[in-house]
Parts: sequence; C-alpha cells; structure tokens
Amino acid sequence: MLAFILRRLFQSLLVMLSVALIAFAMFRFVGDPVNQLVSLDTPQAQVEQIRRSLGLDDPVIVQFFRYIYNAARLEFGVSYQFRLPVISLLGDRAPATLELAFMSALFSLLVGIPMGVYTALKRDSWLAKILQAVSLIGISLPTFLIGILLIYLFSVTLGLLPSFGRGEVVKIGNWWTTGLLTVSGLKALILPSITLGLFQMTLIMRLVRAEMLEVLRADYIKFARARGLRTRTVNFGHALKNTLVPVITIAGLQLGSIIAFAIITETVFQWPGMGLLFLRAVQNVDIPIMAAYLMLISFLFVSINLIVDLLYAAVDPRLRATIGAH
Amino acid sequence: MSMTTRPPASPEKIPTRWERFLDSDILASFLRSKVTMVAAFVVLLLFIGAAFSPWIAPTNPFDPASVFLADANIPPAWQQGGEARFIFGTDDQGRDLYSAILYGLRVSLVVGGLGVILAASIGITLGLLAGYLGGRVDSLIMRIADVQLTFPAILIALLIDGVVRGIFKSASREDTAIYVLVISIGLSFWVQYARTVRGSTLVERNKDYVQAARLVGLPAPLIMLRHVLPNVIGPVLVILTINLALAVITEATLSFLGVGLPPTQPSLGTLISIGNRYLFSGDWWIVAFPGVTLAILVLAVNLLGDWLRDALNPRLR
Repeated sequence: MLAFILRRLFQSLLVMLSVALIAFAMFRFVGDPVNQLVSLDTPQAQVEQIRRSLGLDDPVIVQFFRYIYNAARLEFGVSYQFRLPVISLLGDRAPATLELAFMSALFSLLVGIPMGVYTALKRDSWLAKILQAVSLIGISLPTFLIGILLIYLFSVTLGLLPSFGRGEVVKIGNWWTTGLLTVSGLKALILPSITLGLFQMTLIMRLVRAEMLEVLRADYIKFARARGLRTRTVNFGHALKNTLVPVITIAGLQLGSIIAFAIITETVFQWPGMGLLFLRAVQNVDIPIMAAYLMLISFLFVSINLIVDLLYAAVDPRLRATIGAH
Repeated sequence: MSMTTRPPASPEKIPTRWERFLDSDILASFLRSKVTMVAAFVVLLLFIGAAFSPWIAPTNPFDPASVFLADANIPPAWQQGGEARFIFGTDDQGRDLYSAILYGLRVSLVVGGLGVILAASIGITLGLLAGYLGGRVDSLIMRIADVQLTFPAILIALLIDGVVRGIFKSASREDTAIYVLVISIGLSFWVQYARTVRGSTLVERNKDYVQAARLVGLPAPLIMLRHVLPNVIGPVLVILTINLALAVITEATLSFLGVGLPPTQPSLGTLISIGNRYLFSGDWWIVAFPGVTLAILVLAVNLLGDWLRDALNPRLR
C-alpha cells in the first residue's frame, strides 16, 4: 500500500512539474516580460537593470527552478494589464467561481439522480422517453447557447431573474465574499448554476440510468424481491445505494471540469470569477495570469485524481493488488 | 487465352462495389433508422448550403457595396416591420441574416473540418509511432496523452489560442484567426485518435503479414503507412464524425468568447456573439437563427456519429 501511495504521489508530482514547465515556457518565451514593464522611451541601461533585477539573465534552468519555488509560495508575478500581483487578482475572484461551481454540482446531483432513477424504473413511460430525448439535446447544445436561451426566457421575457453579476454579496472574514446570504445574491446564482450544471446533470442522469438498469438485473435484487420486500425498499434501499459509488466518483472527477467550463458560463453571465479573468487574460495575451491559472487548475485536477485513486485503493483491495503489480 | 472462351462474369457471382454496398448491413441499418435518415438529410442540406453559399445566398454580406447601415436590425419577414428581401431579418450592420448564416456555416465547417483533420493527422501519426515502435517512444507519447486528457479540451484550446496569438502578435488578427483556431482545435483533440490507433497497432504489429513485411526488409515507415495504417483506420472514421461536432462547438465557443473569428469574417459563433449584445433590446432574431442553425448542425452530426458507431460495431448488432 505504501509503495502504491508513493508511486502515485510521484506520478502526480511529475505531472505538476511538466505543467510547470509549460507554464514557465509561456511565461518566459511568449512575449518579453520586460517589454511589458517599460515604456518606449525608457533608457536602455534601465531596461538592462530591470532585466537583471528580474533574474532574466540567469541560465534558463535556474530561472525554471526559481519559477517553481515562487509558484509553490503562490507568487506568480505581476499581471501585464492590471499591474497587480496575479495571486491577489485570482484570490479576489476565487469565491465567486467556487460558489458557482458548488451550486451547479449540487444542482446536477439533486436533479440528475432522481431523473436517472425515474428513467430506469419507468423505462417505457412517455415522460422517461422525453427525458432521454432532452438529455441528448442537453449534451449536444453548447453551454453558451443554453445560457443565452435561459437569459432570454427568464430575464428578458419574464423579467424574473438577473442576467449578469453576482447580486449583493456579503463579506465573510478577510477575503471570502458570498452571495448565498442575500436574496439578490441567491437569485443571481440560479441561472448560471443551471447553465453550468446542465451538461453534468445529463451526464449523471445517463450514468444513473445505465447503472440502475445493470443493478436491477443482479441476483441479489431478484433475491430481495423473492423475499417479499416492498418494491420501494428494493429500488431505493438496495439498488440505488449500489449505483451511487460510481456516480459519486464521476461527480467528483467532474468537479474540475465544472471549474474549467465556468469560463464560458462566467462570460455569458458576466460573473466576476476566475474564469472571466482568465478569458480577459487570453484576449489580451496577459501571460502571467494564463500561466498561474493553468498551474492552479492543474493542481486541482491532479489533487482530485489523486484523492479518488487513493480512496479507491483504500476501499477496494483487488484494485490495490493489480495497480501495485504494475 | 482469348476473351471469347471465358464466360462473361455474371453480376450475381461477382458483385460490383456498388452492389456490395446495397447488400451491406450498414445500408440496412441506415434504412431501418428513420432518425438517422433525417439526420443525414439535414447534414447533407447544411453541407450543400455551406459549400454553395456564394450562389445560394441572396446577397453577399461581406461586400460593403451591397450592405447598408440603414437596413440594420430589421426583424424577420413574417414579423411587423419585416421585409421580404430579408427572410430572417438583418443584423446590427444591415447584413442579411440568412446570407450571413450560410457564409458563417461555411466558415464554421471549414474551421471545424480542418481542425479535425489536423487532430487526426497528429493523433494517427503519434499513435502509429507509439504502437509500432513501443518502448520509450510509446511511454513518452502516452504519458503526454494522459496528462492532456486530464484537462477539458476547451481549456487547452483557449490556452493554445492565447499562446499562438502571443507569438503571432505582429501579424494582423484577421489574417491569422483561422489558422490559430485550426491549430488550437488540432492540438486539443489528437489524444483520442492516438489512443485508438495505438491500441489497434499493438494488435496488428504481431500479425503474420507485418512480420513478413519486416522479414522482407521493408523500412519501418513504409510498413506503418502501407500495411498497418489501412488496417487501423476504421475506428478513426467514427471518431472523426463525432469529433466534427465537438470541433464545431469548440470553434463556436471560442468565437463567442471573442478569441475566435473576428466580426469581419464571422462564423456561427461570432454571429451568436454579435446577436447576444442585442438580446436586451428585443432583437431576438440576430442570436436565435444562428443559434438554432448551430444546434441543428451539432445534433444531426452527433446522431449520425452515434449511428455510425453502432453500425460499425459488430458486437452491438
């Protein structure tokens, strides 16, 4: 087990190092960092001095390790467009993105699981068929179209919900801001959460349906029915419980994608999160923000994958044996 | 032997390629599924519309001489204030929306198609190399693929888009936009091809005909291209179809986010992004018609891809 954990940790570290290499290469070679800090009439001697003070005349390998050392202390340099430290820019916007991601994950689970169970149990009913067809459309429609559609319906036509921004936010502690405590903040969360969560919802619905159909054919379900247990006990106590393990795994793995896809949703709804910041950075080729965002997202993905793998190994000894044997 | 002594080949005994096609399972399964036939018809219609847009479209929306700002934001023909010469209305610059959609469809399909072809070329090459050579090359390529697969393609496409634009900064954006998009899509979607091709190459590599080719002394590149490639290309075609829908969505998303095609050469995504600005003034048609076109295109291509996957997979038959 220890060997497995160590090997898995080493792999994750390797992935993070290669991502750091890409981030560093972007930072160092796409656009000259010095050019962004000086104006056209800065004397050449001063340019050279800035170059030296940033350590840009050191060997590349030294610069790379310095970049990693700084990244580990969450120092990603200064944004070209805002002239502010990248980490404070990202930190200011992190609560908005995390809240949005959390709410849409909640939405996709709370709606997707019941829909999946229903379509599996009542396979031939017309409602189940409609839900199946809708889920196909949900997978095909691009996220931004869904957002525009929802805005047109609920903001423009019905005037029920706000179409942009976070509404009123409350400050908690030093840096966390939340929209969960005010009415306008909650209302502002509804449309973006649905937009962001819809794809995951259809995914979870299809997954639950497939798993349920599989489990309902299993012997222990037949046995439970034969024992005369009530249908509801069998369906929910036995069948659903056993489908939830893979569903929760997938949902956990999807958490990273939700945060990445938030870029699109945040643009449609002008949501002041990290995704919108990243998009502005791409539009203006603001490399320090792009590199920092890449590192942060990678760290998130790698950690989630690592945790899921370790949990699986802890739960399932067979897996441990086969992975360890490689 | 002269020609007269040989009995004429009867069509029953040696079927032509066309007759074999008529008799095949693929055609039968195609004719069985009404949804697939409708989807194929829709895709065909959209492809024709895109290919012949300069001849089908009533106006050229990019010819400044035929576009008048006075015609801006006219609603569709059947609405109050609509005009018969603009079926779907006009956009904010007075361009006929129907013509703009046809031209935009063309741009979307060209970018998506080229992106998918680039992705497939990279993926097939790397997959062949990894599967055939094995060893270090294999583990290096597959490790890169694993890392890339951890991230959503749209994020990678955005990053590549930003980096490539940083490198091309001197050139004007309108000239490079299409290439930037094709490169981003190509580099974001190659992994799936590489994995599939590598898997089948690993199987083919040990078969007798490859061993024979190797014993004859053929160079490795020739064996890979002439002998292995034709036998591993089948599944790639399915991925190609499904990925076309994904590539079109990616292009539309990037254009919508403002890092894709500029308004002077709009794709469907750019048109939607323009229309989105006029949503609140009630000019719904500028966003609705390009949006519906994009949705129909993606849905139809997806349905076609799903069917192709099932039809070519003997286990599901």
